Amino acid sequence: MKYLRKNDLIMLGLGLVIFAVLQTLITERIMSSFWQLNSIIIGINVIMAVSLNLINGYTGQFSLGHAGFMAVGAYVGVVLTTFFHLPFAVALLAGGAAAGFLGFLVGIPTLRLRGDYLAIATLGMSEIIRISIMNIDYVGGAAGFKGIPHHTTFAWVFFIMLFSLFFIKNFVNSTDGRACLAIRENEVAAESMGVNTTKYKVMAFTIGAAFAGVAGGLFAHSFYLISPNSFTFMQSFNYLIMVVLGGLGSITGSIAGAFVVTFISAALASWPEFRMIIYALALILLMFYRPQGLFGYMEITDYGPFRKLLKKGGRKHE
Amino acid sequence: MELLQQVMQQLVNGISLGSIYALIALGYTMIYGIIKLINFAHGDIYMVGAYIGFFAITQAHLSIVPSLLISLVVTGFLGMVVERLAYKPLRHAPRISVLITAIGVSFFLEYTTMYFVSPTPRTFPAMFGDVAVNIAGIVINGQQMLILGITAVLMVVLTYIVQKTKTGKAMRAASFDTETAQLMGIDSDRIISLTFGIGSALAAVAGVLVGVYYNSIDPLMGIMPGMKAFVAAVLGGIGILPGAVVGGLILGIVEALVSGFISSTFRDAAAFAILILVLLVRPAGIFGKDTKEKV
Amino acid sequence: MNFSRKHLRLAAGLLGALFVGGVLAGCGNEAKSDEIKIGANFEMTGNVANYGAATLDGLKLAIKEVNDAGGVNGKKITIVDADNKSEASEAVNAATKLISDDKVKVIVGPAVTANVIAESQVATDNKVPVIAPDATSPDVTVESGQVKPYIFRSCFIDPQQGSVMAKFAAENLKAKTAVIYVDNSTDYSKSLGKVFKEKFEAAGGKVLDQQAFVAKDTDFKATLTTLKAANADVIFVPAYYEEVGKIVKQARELGITCPILGTDGWDDPKVADIAGADALNNTYFSTHYSDKDESVKGFVDAFTKEYGHAPNVFAALGYDAGKMLVDAIKRAGSDDPEAIRKALEETKDLKVGTGTITMDKNHNPIKQAVILENKGGDRVMVAKIMPDAD
Repeated sequence: MKYLRKNDLIMLGLGLVIFAVLQTLITERIMSSFWQLNSIIIGINVIMAVSLNLINGYTGQFSLGHAGFMAVGAYVGVVLTTFFHLPFAVALLAGGAAAGFLGFLVGIPTLRLRGDYLAIATLGMSEIIRISIMNIDYVGGAAGFKGIPHHTTFAWVFFIMLFSLFFIKNFVNSTDGRACLAIRENEVAAESMGVNTTKYKVMAFTIGAAFAGVAGGLFAHSFYLISPNSFTFMQSFNYLIMVVLGGLGSITGSIAGAFVVTFISAALASWPEFRMIIYALALILLMFYRPQGLFGYMEITDYGPFRKLLKKGGRKHE
Repeated sequence: MELLQQVMQQLVNGISLGSIYALIALGYTMIYGIIKLINFAHGDIYMVGAYIGFFAITQAHLSIVPSLLISLVVTGFLGMVVERLAYKPLRHAPRISVLITAIGVSFFLEYTTMYFVSPTPRTFPAMFGDVAVNIAGIVINGQQMLILGITAVLMVVLTYIVQKTKTGKAMRAASFDTETAQLMGIDSDRIISLTFGIGSALAAVAGVLVGVYYNSIDPLMGIMPGMKAFVAAVLGGIGILPGAVVGGLILGIVEALVSGFISSTFRDAAAFAILILVLLVRPAGIFGKDTKEKV
Repeated sequence: MNFSRKHLRLAAGLLGALFVGGVLAGCGNEAKSDEIKIGANFEMTGNVANYGAATLDGLKLAIKEVNDAGGVNGKKITIVDADNKSEASEAVNAATKLISDDKVKVIVGPAVTANVIAESQVATDNKVPVIAPDATSPDVTVESGQVKPYIFRSCFIDPQQGSVMAKFAAENLKAKTAVIYVDNSTDYSKSLGKVFKEKFEAAGGKVLDQQAFVAKDTDFKATLTTLKAANADVIFVPAYYEEVGKIVKQARELGITCPILGTDGWDDPKVADIAGADALNNTYFSTHYSDKDESVKGFVDAFTKEYGHAPNVFAALGYDAGKMLVDAIKRAGSDDPEAIRKALEETKDLKVGTGTITMDKNHNPIKQAVILENKGGDRVMVAKIMPDAD
């Protein structure tokens, strides 16, 4: 346990260095505002991907409704900052709590379902959330919520992202997290070993939903308007793609997945006619050559130079 | 109009909407039954089928029946090609990677079509005169009856194929356990390919009929119906042909009643709510057998 | 896990290279001195791609005409496209790219109100003028009583159309009762519904029921059955052509025979194709021009020649936006965004594809409106409303 803490510190240091470099690029205006905005989007997508990975990759529960939780966090957040003028941090926390609570409520009954049935149920649930928001005129209905204050900065996104990475990494390595891994590997066997599968499934689902809610708050305050259109099941697909592309059950993978998907989409912005075609082909080809995702179950810390840096503190998978 | 009459009219509306879902769900459930893949591209195959029918009618000036047949054959073939190129290489990959591939295929079909035909919707020329029957103030349209009839006939034919023919037996065997079936001398790859062909051909029938019925098609028309068809298939119990039809009809009726008596803005939410409720009570769908997983 | 280090190194290297390449690609996009770069931020993919793409077609035609005639101020105009995927956050993203990476002087688009509103803050912060060709909601150019200095539009606004149609229903059609059927997913439709209700009731009529659908719906029979039961004199459907065609078709199939009224979203040949000429009889809608009008013939012909089909309202408005922009650049005498902004504000009696426009103090053009009747497969102009007739 002790060396893990030390590794955490090293990684934290590394994170701070990366932050310092990027922040300098931004404040010195070396990075154009388009890429500034996209680094914020990448950060938000990392939070979304890694929290979905906790549910799909580590616990093995096939959820297709992540955008729904994001929507809850986003709308709770903007109502608090715009109508009640609460501080941004409070709005983010409240958004996360609301999404987490909803995840808990939804999780208890639906997590009895398995595989594709769970997938379609969670997808349905997120559509119900989106349609409900669409019918609430208080938050602008289908046309969207206008006049949101612009609070999200790169620093906010980066540090919340760092926090969620560490939180989820440590959760996975904790006793509870191991129970989740056991459920993924074999639910029946885990149950017979005395793992309370429902409890851990709901726990993973709630934590994942809560982080999605926080990410939703960050997302909403980066633009001036949000609409239920931003949270369709297509969006949930996008997060799933990030997770699978990077590698189910790999935090590094989720980071890479979020990075690659956001990047492809931004880099292809100048060729709108071909953007989706190229994206589709890239997806299909990647799945051909690396069906387990870019990183599989591996982490970047399992890789040579990092291993030395961390004194072979790498975690053994399998 | 009296309430009873309104309710009856809504039932008619619901059945006609539901028979379209049912028609798409038939193909969906067959494909799901055999390779356990949520084929997100199914709705887009349906869209391609509609476009092929459209071009056969407007460019080659064929009448509806030959156009339907051409679309059926070409789209069926397209389904087999998609399976061969995109899904077969991943037969032993994790299921979720196949799912991502399916999403990729779906985007590919949507946006390649959009590139060639532009996002502007196309309209079918009028194919039949409008026959409407008015029974005690309840209006039933000729095309609605046609769609319902075709759905029923196809369901019977497919059930016959699956239950009574040798190919159908092979399909059921491959669906039950692909590898064992292979060991028993069934060419599983061929059977899977054939199932994709039949499923996609069914989607093409639905595409052309819907194109004629609503008179408007566009490259993204398959997304929602594809999703609804999957809901219908799950509702009825995945892999079960009559289940898909019943699921589709239930979905259509629920949507019509909600639109008529609450608000159509809640229609999709109601459809999904019904799905979740049914799954909670019967996790394997209405007709599905709940099999306990063994260690 | 059979995971090779080589793969990882390759992946990491590739990612790094991509990122650096992308960030650097952002630099070095300075405009050449003999061209003026304008941005086109439109819905090219996603659920309203057909509206964005049509508007862009119109805009491209206007710019092509100018370039073929030697450009403006001796410079050619280049359009830089950016796709906003029919989504507000992506509209902000696309606008940011156009401004910061492509260094455009002006942005045209997006088509949909919500996306323009999302974009407007970025444009204002960077002092880049925006012309919204199709966004008809008043909120686009005015926010809590303040005119947004950099945001303009080239179409009329919702209250104008809503009151025109309400008055038409009450006075010309002598309607006493109406039902309203709106598209709940657009500001356009909702605000028109609201204005119509106000004005129609002010004129002594009664709105019996209001129902809603959501864009991309295909089956409207259930709701239409409910609306039929209300038995009103007219049905008001302020919506876009794709749904309108189906609504009219299905309404007539259900035996609804009363007049159906609409707004400029109806102005597309597709409505007649989808609904059929017979079903479309006894329907009226307000729009920007009548294609019978001699003054718009030039545009309609040019568009048909270029694209092989007649323009719809989105294409016409995109064309107008292009004309308005070119005129402003010409009068500004430079491609300086601030000068263009000032020139846009002073737009006066400018002849565009669909009529003549003068910019008012709220950055809304004062523009004529016409009411057309669909009759036996043809459109007949039944009224022409000049600006300020309200």
